[in-house]
Amino acid sequence: MPKDGGIGASSKRREDVRFLTGVGNYTDDINVNGQAYVYFLRSDMAHGTLNSVDTSAASAMPGVVRVFTATDFEGVGSIPCGWQVTDKHGAPMQEPAHPVLATGKVRHVGEPIAAVVAETLEQARDAAEAIVVDITELPAVVDMKAALASGATKVHDDLENNLCYDWGFVEENKAATDAAFEAAAHVTTLELVNNRLVANPMEPRVAVGDYSRGTDEHTLYTTSQNPHVIRLLMGAFVLGIPEHKLRVVAPDVGGGFGTKIFHYQEEAFCTFAAKACNRAVKWTSSRTEAFISDAHGRDHVTKIELALDAENNFTALRTETHANMGAYLSTFAPSVPTWLHGTLMAGNYKTPLIYVNVKAVFTNTVPVDAYRGAGRPEATFQLERVVDKAARELGVDPIALRRQNFITEFPYATPVAVEYDTGDYHATMDKLEEMIDRSGFDARRAESEKNGKLRGLGVNCYIEACGIAPSNLVGQLGARAGLYESATVRVNATGGLVVMTGSHSHGQGHETSFAQVVAEMIGIDENMIEIVHGDTSKVPMGMGTYGSRSIAVGGSAMVRATEKIINKAKKIASHLLEASEADIELKDGAFSVAGTDKSVAWGDVTLAAYVPHNYPLEDIEPGLEETAFYDPSNFTYPSGAYACEVEVDPDTGKVSIERFAAADDFGNIINPMIVTGQVHGGLAQGIGQALLENCAYDENGQLLSASYMEYAMPRADDLPMFDVDHSCQTPCTHNPLGVKGCGEAGAIGSPPAVVNAVVDALQSAGKDVTHVDMPLSPDRVWEAMQ
Amino acid sequence: MTQVSMTVNGKAASGDVEGRTLLSSFLRDQLHLTGTHVGCDTSQCGACVVHVDGQAVKSCTMLAMEADGSEVSTIEGQAGADGSLNVIQQAFQDHHGLQCGFCTPGMVMSAAALLKENPKPSEAEVRAYLEGNICRCTGYHNIVKAIMAASGQDVGAMAAE
Repeated sequence: MPKDGGIGASSKRREDVRFLTGVGNYTDDINVNGQAYVYFLRSDMAHGTLNSVDTSAASAMPGVVRVFTATDFEGVGSIPCGWQVTDKHGAPMQEPAHPVLATGKVRHVGEPIAAVVAETLEQARDAAEAIVVDITELPAVVDMKAALASGATKVHDDLENNLCYDWGFVEENKAATDAAFEAAAHVTTLELVNNRLVANPMEPRVAVGDYSRGTDEHTLYTTSQNPHVIRLLMGAFVLGIPEHKLRVVAPDVGGGFGTKIFHYQEEAFCTFAAKACNRAVKWTSSRTEAFISDAHGRDHVTKIELALDAENNFTALRTETHANMGAYLSTFAPSVPTWLHGTLMAGNYKTPLIYVNVKAVFTNTVPVDAYRGAGRPEATFQLERVVDKAARELGVDPIALRRQNFITEFPYATPVAVEYDTGDYHATMDKLEEMIDRSGFDARRAESEKNGKLRGLGVNCYIEACGIAPSNLVGQLGARAGLYESATVRVNATGGLVVMTGSHSHGQGHETSFAQVVAEMIGIDENMIEIVHGDTSKVPMGMGTYGSRSIAVGGSAMVRATEKIINKAKKIASHLLEASEADIELKDGAFSVAGTDKSVAWGDVTLAAYVPHNYPLEDIEPGLEETAFYDPSNFTYPSGAYACEVEVDPDTGKVSIERFAAADDFGNIINPMIVTGQVHGGLAQGIGQALLENCAYDENGQLLSASYMEYAMPRADDLPMFDVDHSCQTPCTHNPLGVKGCGEAGAIGSPPAVVNAVVDALQSAGKDVTHVDMPLSPDRVWEAMQ
Repeated sequence: MTQVSMTVNGKAASGDVEGRTLLSSFLRDQLHLTGTHVGCDTSQCGACVVHVDGQAVKSCTMLAMEADGSEVSTIEGQAGADGSLNVIQQAFQDHHGLQCGFCTPGMVMSAAALLKENPKPSEAEVRAYLEGNICRCTGYHNIVKAIMAASGQDVGAMAAE
């Protein structure tokens, strides 16, 4: 029977009511009395020397409050990077300055050069047209390999070259890995592109800066996944505002997918300009601006090689990847192709030797950073493609080859520095095989062929690493932040609770699922619990939501804080019941003395905490409020097996997804409905990457896909109904809820299934096609068939 | 500036607008009906869909002046006077047809227009009708299910949740 509430129940989302009735509170819905509007004049050139910016005519335009250029930001810090990668020789990465407004040069289309603050947005936009910018155009650096050629134009004149870092992982394994390739019975090689994407949350970014002259306090309302991170980065590194004078609020946020993790110039600008203009300053991104200013994702070019012995056991894996950083280092950009990618290269397999080389490259393009999955989709895609190719070369069943090489004993230490705590890869594959009716595939293929279509089946596995941690380890790896999470549980006198979590919900439904956890622990109704997030003035220092970390890390902090509450409440109850604390039991919202009928209700205990007339004041303080910070001891490792069936029209190359099945192991599940929804969304983004989406630059660094007219977002009729299962559950062994996280799995696991299926379809028609680069648009598939 | 007057969610509304003021801006900035969202600038995403004289329109693609004298209905006007969700809104909640909520107002308004035109749409018809509404969170699975459930069809047999 499904539960009515608490852990494991598909509780309906409480946040839905405000969203469905149009009374959500998104950042663009916030208007501060007397606010002005800012419009950014952005570079339409990819690379050039900025000779002069003449704002005199613009400043005199109607409604203009002030026009800002780089000279107004002298003494203001650089937009910081939050992760320093060390290269294979032990040297730090090359790290260029990242000004709020372009200084000396422009380095990508969309870089802000000047900003007009005016009474209305229309006036600001009109005035921006009157700014005269003199730029000498320079050759654009777009292709990564060309960027590394000797004599290539440099994106940053003060750096040695365009190589951010050359990372080897694990460098000590390189010689042994190379030797294993020498000894291999079979080597499969694949070169591929992991296409550049734009995250495209439906809510464009917005920033509203406000300043109170009376109290010298700054407030920034912003579309962020992690307001405390923004407060720290912007306050400490850019504007020099101490945290106690800076409040950052991220209210309802309309999707993030990674691109709202980062600290952007527009946030710093609005905060700075609010004080400079002595009035609130609001910026709302247009969609076109989003395409040229939101950090992009993926953009790897990879060569991967898999070595096998004569019995088809994987003996070694070797990869070389070029990873695009764009023109500047976005907040967590350096970590994505390294620690979030190299550490996942073992996948689900017991390959004993792995060597990963990554060259991160500066180009005259928008900065690239984490996008749903962040490094893990790139790792999974290349690994699952090369395994599939190996199976075809060897003439063995792709599922059997995978099963033969599965890791089966846990904990398992991979050769790429992580230890999987738990998993059961055969179980998810068994479930998948049950879901996809593999034995019926031949009949479905015959049916498709009767209709003139080719049918293919693609299967793959994935492993994810969520809740990156612990802080002392990530510090050694170059993180300039901790990766704990916080929660404060405040119990009110009449028994209701407010949970203030450092996690942030921008679609994930935390207000519902987090309340379910606390309700289960205390045995009270979920509606007695309010979840508060997204405001640095209310919530203890937290790290926010990304990397599928919220329930595993944020949920664990909340559990720890709630445990402290229960422990204290038991002390109060033991006093009220005149019984030993050891005999007090909490069940269904009441404290009772074991083996007796004596009990006291939750509400009586909470009232006693705040009206402590009959209270053990000599032993404990009044009040019932506790805080916990939780720093995990390891990542969590969700895993799964996915299958895709496609039909390909041989006349046009058009691919349609006929069936998609996902069998995931997320450990314990709090709200199955929400988890299923997260998988659906991830699948849509992964299928979007595989079939539709491509962020394309021309050789001059002009973005060719800067609106929804050119960038193909998945629409309802591009996708099928999904078959999703998460009944295989190996609970995480090191967090209190046994949870693993589910936000990114769909996006990580689905692209290889789609490409494997299309290759299968084409080969079924006798085509000698071993790979097609994503997106598998009709023209690319048709061309591959010729 | 020109004065425009219209009926919005059954109430008279008026304001002064420039010739270039979009209906979406008029609703959001002057009437403070911020449930209508703007997610793109090329009339693609559909977060701004409202009904004008019974027709679903993208309010980012219509001038406020064009709606002068019209009956406009927005997401704020969909629930009952007592705050109870209407059938479509309730189906979206029941079937988890929304996550971040940003595209949701447009989805609900498009769904209402679809069901008015076609009271028992097939899955393919729902998907085709939503061509002009982009959702980045849900993969559409639960939106399609919610709309079909709102039309009174049994969605229990559709692919597993």
